[in-house]
Amino acid sequence: METVSDKTNLNDQEIIEYPDKMGRFGKFGGKFVPETLMPALDELENAYLEAKDDPEFNREFEYYLGEYVGRPSPLYFAERLTKKLNGPKIYLKREDLNHTGAHKINNTIGQVLLAIRMGKKRIIAETGAGQHGVATATAAAMFGLDCDVYMGEEDMRRQKLNVFRMRLLGTTVIPVKTGSRTLKDATNEALRDWMSSVRNTHYIIGSVVGPHPYPVMIRNFQKVIGEETKVQLMKKEQRLPDCIIACVGGGSNSIGIYYPFLKDKDVRLIGVESGGFGDKVGEHAATLSKGRPGVLHGSMSYVLQDGEGQTDIVHSISAGLDYPGVGPEHSYLKDIGRVEYVSVTDDEAIKAFQVCAHSEGIIPALESSHALAYLMKVGPTIDKDKVVVVCLSGTGDKDSFEVARKTGQEI
Amino acid sequence: MNRIDKCFKELKLRNETGFIPFLTACDPTPSAAADIIVDLDKRGADVIELGFPYSDPIADGPVIQASYNRVLANGITTATIFDMVKEVRKRSEIPIVAMVSYSIVYRYGYKKFIEAAQNIGIDGATIPDLPVEEADKIFDIAKKNDFKIVCFVAPTTTDNRLDIITTRSEGFLYYIAVVGITGTRKALPEDLDENIKKLKNRTQCPVAVGFGVSTPEQANTVGKIADGVIVGSAIVKEIEKNKDLPVNSLINNLGSFTEKLIHGAKGQS
Repeated sequence: METVSDKTNLNDQEIIEYPDKMGRFGKFGGKFVPETLMPALDELENAYLEAKDDPEFNREFEYYLGEYVGRPSPLYFAERLTKKLNGPKIYLKREDLNHTGAHKINNTIGQVLLAIRMGKKRIIAETGAGQHGVATATAAAMFGLDCDVYMGEEDMRRQKLNVFRMRLLGTTVIPVKTGSRTLKDATNEALRDWMSSVRNTHYIIGSVVGPHPYPVMIRNFQKVIGEETKVQLMKKEQRLPDCIIACVGGGSNSIGIYYPFLKDKDVRLIGVESGGFGDKVGEHAATLSKGRPGVLHGSMSYVLQDGEGQTDIVHSISAGLDYPGVGPEHSYLKDIGRVEYVSVTDDEAIKAFQVCAHSEGIIPALESSHALAYLMKVGPTIDKDKVVVVCLSGTGDKDSFEVARKTGQEI
Repeated sequence: MNRIDKCFKELKLRNETGFIPFLTACDPTPSAAADIIVDLDKRGADVIELGFPYSDPIADGPVIQASYNRVLANGITTATIFDMVKEVRKRSEIPIVAMVSYSIVYRYGYKKFIEAAQNIGIDGATIPDLPVEEADKIFDIAKKNDFKIVCFVAPTTTDNRLDIITTRSEGFLYYIAVVGITGTRKALPEDLDENIKKLKNRTQCPVAVGFGVSTPEQANTVGKIADGVIVGSAIVKEIEKNKDLPVNSLINNLGSFTEKLIHGAKGQS
């Protein structure tokens, strides 16, 4: 059992030094994959460690983030939302304004550059909402690599627009018909593909999940979100935020915005999971709130599974949060008490989606709407002199069909 | 002596290749599965690889995935599988190696799992998603319980890793013939012969070969160079094909199908 003292003992070193050489964040993380893939993970780790300290690689990464993705993304003061909630000053970190409409492209640019360094000619990826799939297809197109994306059939139905976008970009979208036909099953199929193609193919995982070195590498590609936020808020408010709220599926946008603030202990960090429509198995995807430590998709982390170690069926209105696992770093941050993890329901997310559209003229992704929904719950209880940042991880254009369906409207 | 070690020792004395059928535990039912194991023992199988069904197997192709789903839909748990093995042990002493995901072992508690498995007559385990780097504690507990942890070697395994794996693996080494997942292949890879010879030069441990071996001819080719031949998907598919027949017919059909593979592996005509 973790005790309260773990929280107070948390020092800067703990956060700087993890993960260890085995890719462990405390007891979480590691590499739990078949032997066939182990050499590829070693190769990737070596390539990444070399690249991350190579000024040329970093220069190139920053070049594409600036010139192609359009960074830095604005930190926007949401004045009408602030007035409406009658609470703290609300800022939105506009990752939806990135090229392709979400934060996912920060990671895919980084990993495609790495794949090229490793001499891999083909890219594969899994996708849930399709944002990571589109971001991967985009980066692959720009650098002229072959790309196949695995996507669950249920998600292809929910996210038709993104399926078509990937095809426009020259990617083959491979429908996954196994299991619940969502993100978990797409990940299984991508891993199975990689088992056969590992010699010439790089697998771009879309979130801070999977075996080491993926969680740490992807976090480092995404931490630009938090670094920019810090600088931008300092300029606007000459201070750090009091609170940062982000949605958590696998957890890449949230870890990206949290990471540069982990040592700033006065900054309250909140992760919002999908509470679906109930607390029972199959009604939600709140892995950290309702799961337990276990092994899934190559790492030890919190997971939604039964007493036999079989993965639970999960549900979320948002395809990007509809996943029974979560990144190992989040599991660690939960256990040491640095981040609070909460959940909101499908209905609360849809409500927040509508409020944000009406009051700010911004249509947020259903994923990001979970963070907004929690803001709307706690906002009125926070003092007016406080500053809250919400990570608006993506645009909701892709969700138009699903929201219309859920609210009984026709397009 | 552990049944696996005893088996490979005797095979060596007889200068014979071992045949290892993979069966999904409790497929199609626990009682039929127990009967199948006893029957395959009589027909000359040497070791049983017993697959514990898992919801998200990464290394398995469609045939074994489907068998896992079938069995899980019947409500089979680790406890049911242990009961089935108890039944087998009343009638057969064939060595049994569990093929079980670390997700299941971790949830059960690895110490508890190894002790319980050993106690009911399972002789070892191969844990496909547990590389040697993560397995120190498991090796320790297994050693104390005379429970053999069988490690995998893949065509992609580097020389560095090979040194670690060959010193850790017990019972036998599981050589994965193809870069890929389980399932039938038209042809065996060209570098198979060379890779197995290289592996055998580095270790005294018996080497069994699986993944992509599905016909008597392929079993024969592999049997000439390896100490054991593992066939999974082809056998599981045969069970799937016959699962709705009366149990006796299922067992007979599967038995004659498997006998051909056994003869192939052992070079008997």
